[in-house]
Amino acid sequence: MLKNRIIPCLDVKNGRVVKGINFVDLKDAGDPVEQAKIYSDGGADEICFLDITASNENRDTIYDVVEKTSKKCFVPLTVGGGVRSVDDITKLLNCGADKVSINTAAVQNPEVVIDSSKKFGAQCIVVAIDAKKKDDKWEIFTHGGRNNTGIDVIEFSKKMEDSGAGELLVTSMDRDGTQVGYDIDLMSKISSKVNIPVIASGGVGNLDHLVDGIKLGNASAVLAASIFHYGKFSVKQAKEYLNSKGIPVRI
Amino acid sequence: MNVTIVDYNSGNISSVINSFKEVANDKVNIEVTSDLNKIKSSDKLVLPGQGSFKRCVDALNAINGLVDTLNEFAITNKKSLLGICVGLQMFADIGYEETETKGLGWISGKVSKIDNQNGKYKLPHIGWNQINIVKDSKIFKDIENNSHMYFVHSYEFVPNDKKVISATTDYSSNIVCSVEKENIFGTQFHPEKSDKIGLKIIDNFINL
Repeated sequence: MLKNRIIPCLDVKNGRVVKGINFVDLKDAGDPVEQAKIYSDGGADEICFLDITASNENRDTIYDVVEKTSKKCFVPLTVGGGVRSVDDITKLLNCGADKVSINTAAVQNPEVVIDSSKKFGAQCIVVAIDAKKKDDKWEIFTHGGRNNTGIDVIEFSKKMEDSGAGELLVTSMDRDGTQVGYDIDLMSKISSKVNIPVIASGGVGNLDHLVDGIKLGNASAVLAASIFHYGKFSVKQAKEYLNSKGIPVRI
Repeated sequence: MNVTIVDYNSGNISSVINSFKEVANDKVNIEVTSDLNKIKSSDKLVLPGQGSFKRCVDALNAINGLVDTLNEFAITNKKSLLGICVGLQMFADIGYEETETKGLGWISGKVSKIDNQNGKYKLPHIGWNQINIVKDSKIFKDIENNSHMYFVHSYEFVPNDKKVISATTDYSSNIVCSVEKENIFGTQFHPEKSDKIGLKIIDNFINL
């Protein structure tokens, strides 16, 4: 039986982790390679890096991080943030990323999704959707949530599926950082409209939220950052909890 | 010993390279090349493959003499070869992704889209699934039945002779996920991304 995945996400800025794991035994709390290794050794099903480097001059630091991590971690590695072109994707994959997540560029220039999916296969193209609720529907935001495009999230999700996305990483901007749980309505609506896997993101504060994302939101995978970073829960604890609730996980 | 990963522009092979180098640990020489002479003189070959069946077959054919060299290596000389993902699928006679495309024809059968039962199952089949070992394959030495492996694919290999099947996995149907025919091995899952247990499979192949 296919297992639901737990994906810890690390924010990387200028090659260093921000909001890192709060563990005492870390040699270097800012080293993404060391933190990714802790997660993969702890049973993470995938690792996600989000590059939040603000300036283009420092963009190359992520390639170095990906290269080093992929030599130590033998679970899938997804990298997102600032991915704008097929060239960017090629570079990340060559450095050892297994998947690339595309956000703003997928909205502004869907050809990037079409072309990269044709070139590398749908399996390595994740489209990251930032959605905010407006009345009864949700709209797509870009540029790290700063720009409202007014595009309907369901229509866009279907369009990305048709364009060759292998997965959708859906973040509720209303919930992100709030720790009150995923936007279950949003996840389940998208999941019921597309035939590709949906990864739920944004708002996890406790382990029941992970359960809800899968059971009620029909997500194939759940992504979380802060509950793991600050040592509130380990990936292992999360998996054991999901297992106790009848959710199939890899243990 | 030389283990060669065939580099034929089949998409992203860096994880395959990293995992083999990790396992080889300087005791075995891991070469990554499309050089036909190096391939011929190698002891073992790894045939990776990502993206579509058609694109991978086209990429093989785009390198002059490569298919003949592979045939000589695996069929005439019967040296060990491991196909991963589309690398395994290309063992088939024919594939139906994008359009009907001829495969290498090493293991009789076809590659067709996984039946998602009218949308009941998501495709690609992405994530960790358990393998059901149905045949004692050399690459499964010290691998427990029902171990988890990482999968990502929408098409499946359906061999005519079921005796080549060494493992299956349960998704929308029972999917063939590993084959062994004499010196030819293949996994639909990605051992290079399947954590320590996947590295053990790579180790088993290197130590054949």
